[in-house]
Amino acid sequence: MTALETVHAIELRGITKRFGAKVVANDHIDLALDRGEILSLLGENGSGKTTLMNMLSGIYLPDEGEILMEGKPIAIRSPKDAYDHGIGMIHQHYKLVDVFTAAENIVLGLHDGKKLDRKEIARKVREISDKYGFGIDPDKKIYDMSVSEKQTVEIVKVLYRGADILILDEPTAVLTPQETDRLFDILRAMKADGKAIVIITHKLHEVMAISDKVAVLRKGKYIGTVNTAETDPQKLTEMMVGHAVSLNIDRPEAKYHDLRLEVKGLNCLGSDGVPALTDVSFQAMGGEILGIAGIAGSGQKELLEAIAGLQKAESGHIFYYPPHPKSDIAGKHVPVDKAGEELVGKTPTQIQKIGVSLAFVPEDRLGMGLVGGMGMVDNMMLKTYKEHPGPFVDRKPPKALAEKLIDELEIVTPGVNTPVRRLSGGNVQKVLVGREIASSPTVLMTAYPVRGLDINSSYTIYRLLNEQKMKGVAVLMVGEDLDVLLELCDRILVLCGGRVSGVVDGRTATKEEVGLLMTHVGGGKEAEDHA
Amino acid sequence: MSINQSFLVLLISAAVLNGTPLLFGTVGEILSEKAGNLNLGVEGMMYMGGALGLGAAFYYEQAAGGSANGIVAVVLAILFAFLAGAFGALIYAFLTISLRANQNVTGLALAIFGTGAGQFIGEYMRVSAGGYVAISNALKDVFANSPFPAALRGLPVVGPLIFGYNIFVYVGVIIAVAMAWFLTRSRAGLHLRSVGESPATADAAGINITRYKYLATVIGGGISAIGGMVYIMTIAGCVWNHEGLSGEGWLAVALVIFCLWRPLNAIWGSVLFGALMILYMRLQLPFIPSQLYKILPYVVTVIVLVAVSMRKKRENQPPASLGNAYFREDR
Repeated sequence: MTALETVHAIELRGITKRFGAKVVANDHIDLALDRGEILSLLGENGSGKTTLMNMLSGIYLPDEGEILMEGKPIAIRSPKDAYDHGIGMIHQHYKLVDVFTAAENIVLGLHDGKKLDRKEIARKVREISDKYGFGIDPDKKIYDMSVSEKQTVEIVKVLYRGADILILDEPTAVLTPQETDRLFDILRAMKADGKAIVIITHKLHEVMAISDKVAVLRKGKYIGTVNTAETDPQKLTEMMVGHAVSLNIDRPEAKYHDLRLEVKGLNCLGSDGVPALTDVSFQAMGGEILGIAGIAGSGQKELLEAIAGLQKAESGHIFYYPPHPKSDIAGKHVPVDKAGEELVGKTPTQIQKIGVSLAFVPEDRLGMGLVGGMGMVDNMMLKTYKEHPGPFVDRKPPKALAEKLIDELEIVTPGVNTPVRRLSGGNVQKVLVGREIASSPTVLMTAYPVRGLDINSSYTIYRLLNEQKMKGVAVLMVGEDLDVLLELCDRILVLCGGRVSGVVDGRTATKEEVGLLMTHVGGGKEAEDHA
Repeated sequence: MSINQSFLVLLISAAVLNGTPLLFGTVGEILSEKAGNLNLGVEGMMYMGGALGLGAAFYYEQAAGGSANGIVAVVLAILFAFLAGAFGALIYAFLTISLRANQNVTGLALAIFGTGAGQFIGEYMRVSAGGYVAISNALKDVFANSPFPAALRGLPVVGPLIFGYNIFVYVGVIIAVAMAWFLTRSRAGLHLRSVGESPATADAAGINITRYKYLATVIGGGISAIGGMVYIMTIAGCVWNHEGLSGEGWLAVALVIFCLWRPLNAIWGSVLFGALMILYMRLQLPFIPSQLYKILPYVVTVIVLVAVSMRKKRENQPPASLGNAYFREDR
């Protein structure tokens, strides 16, 4: 090291980490971090951001390269080593013991005294809590806490150990905008306190809002570090993806629309016995993407599940109009004249056979639809095993399908038989959506298909949905990001408290309009009346 | 008839005596399970503990002859029973923690292995000692009688119910109370519970998972095995009795569930199970075969499981990671 080189709080040199023989998660990464600075680590899903930071926090060991702290090489062999060096990581999936209190979780792993002095611990926790304005109750059990509170416990846990280098892995993924703002205030307070902070994210506006510097990774390689003030979202996206990307979402026009699904006066009860859907009526057309917007828990899940036959309808009808067999993608269109087929009362299997497909991406991606411990081939087979009765399974078609998906959707995996839970989140989602599309449905329903996905993966999913639409499929998509819904969907159905609040045209509606419909049935006319 | 000979007092004191081997078995298994290791080999470890405990006392007396000291014999019996169980648990720990073998399969294998090993040692001692392993009555008394003076034992009601038991009852209660304190009031106990609940969390907090799991399993196995020795040296009368010991280990596993993984519950739980085990001798009802009585502890366990599952209180659930192997780099 020459005298001219600055000494950084943490410096990574040539860090390499491999999983198996084929997947190189980190390929000779160099990175520097200083105190009193917030560094954003930006990259697509599977680009190796979390893996890299896991090596700083002692979860993984690097295969090659060295880590320097204040210019001196250090070895981080375990999370304990990391803490000893003042490095604390707040993981995306919180590492908390549910049945313990906040205080118990905070002191976990510490050895100051053999006895557990609950009063003393609670006092110290309150002290930190007051300093940065967290406001947590040391005696509250984790399972009683909201997501945001759990995150706060994680941060306090790290600070309690005296960490001055903090790593946050996608801290805002599960927070509401208000909670995110509060978190950012806390981060700024800690930065002012001289702490070095790394925030892993793929949300560009957050990068711009919070960080001083941005380091970009792409496919396990280090691309570069730029000052936030000297860049913009477009440039960052190009660094991340490797080529120019249009941030506009395509909305091609289908050649024809015909009625595919008609819901009439649908009433459903939620799991707690309270009405989840009240008198819901709407139509979904083939060749269009119908967005479904609403505040979380407004009946979106129940609506999709009712159509898929997973949720019992108390009353009302769901009619399905199959496309005319002579219609095709090339534009030859024969209108449907047949009467609709009632879906209410049919089993999920019967409904699936008709061609109504549900690609539901729950918060926990592996929770519904995929078996984490099985490989892609086996997961493909889950959907098709009923087509080939008999005691033996033919693994060739699902294997071919899996390989096709890997190819077309650029899924990064060591092999078709690697358990899907070992893939990164975005890749798992691609497997799920890809499989649903492969069954060539006539109605494709997805919920939060891009939740937690980076830009490139999101655009792949949008492209897939648009392709389906152009094939004449009726696409129903529950989304959370209004900007995306307005850019992608032809029409948007807005739900409010289980009722249809309104249906707007995606091309002409504004964000404010939809926002009002989300909170007031009928678009805030009552609200205006009051005013 | 004095009150100390009344049906209830006799039943309770017999229940305590019969429950004590279970108390050791259960408290040891709680320690192991709290660290996430479901060791189904309790039965095997209790057999090994029974055989080696008896052997330790027997060969000590053979060696020392007439100068044999009762206390030394008790300590040796406890020590060797503990070592036998710890050895069995060490095999289990190596397979499940270091090699990440399936815990259920390994535990069952240990149950079978330990039962066989215990029987072999027991039978070998019997044959080589000329058909009958027996220690002198003086030593037997130290194992079976109360350490308290006669004046205390003779008190009405509290005499037999508090002071009338053999030394192992008191040792068992002390271990259970100490275990409860350790698990809830000490740092190490907190760390151990976190290993059983969420090893990834414990690992990220810098806790040495492997060390905690090994220690909990090995020490827990040793404590469980003392239960086997207690059965042989008190209830079976210092004679190798493989039939009597059979099933004690499985009852201990059931009792762990019954007492919701809490050592303090194990104290009264073991008394209840002890009572249910001997009820057929004390309370005979017409037309009800004694075999039906013997399933009572299991029936009670099932009822408790149903009740606990219905209430869904998080604290009453088994350790969240019970039965799972932990591998840090597995995602």
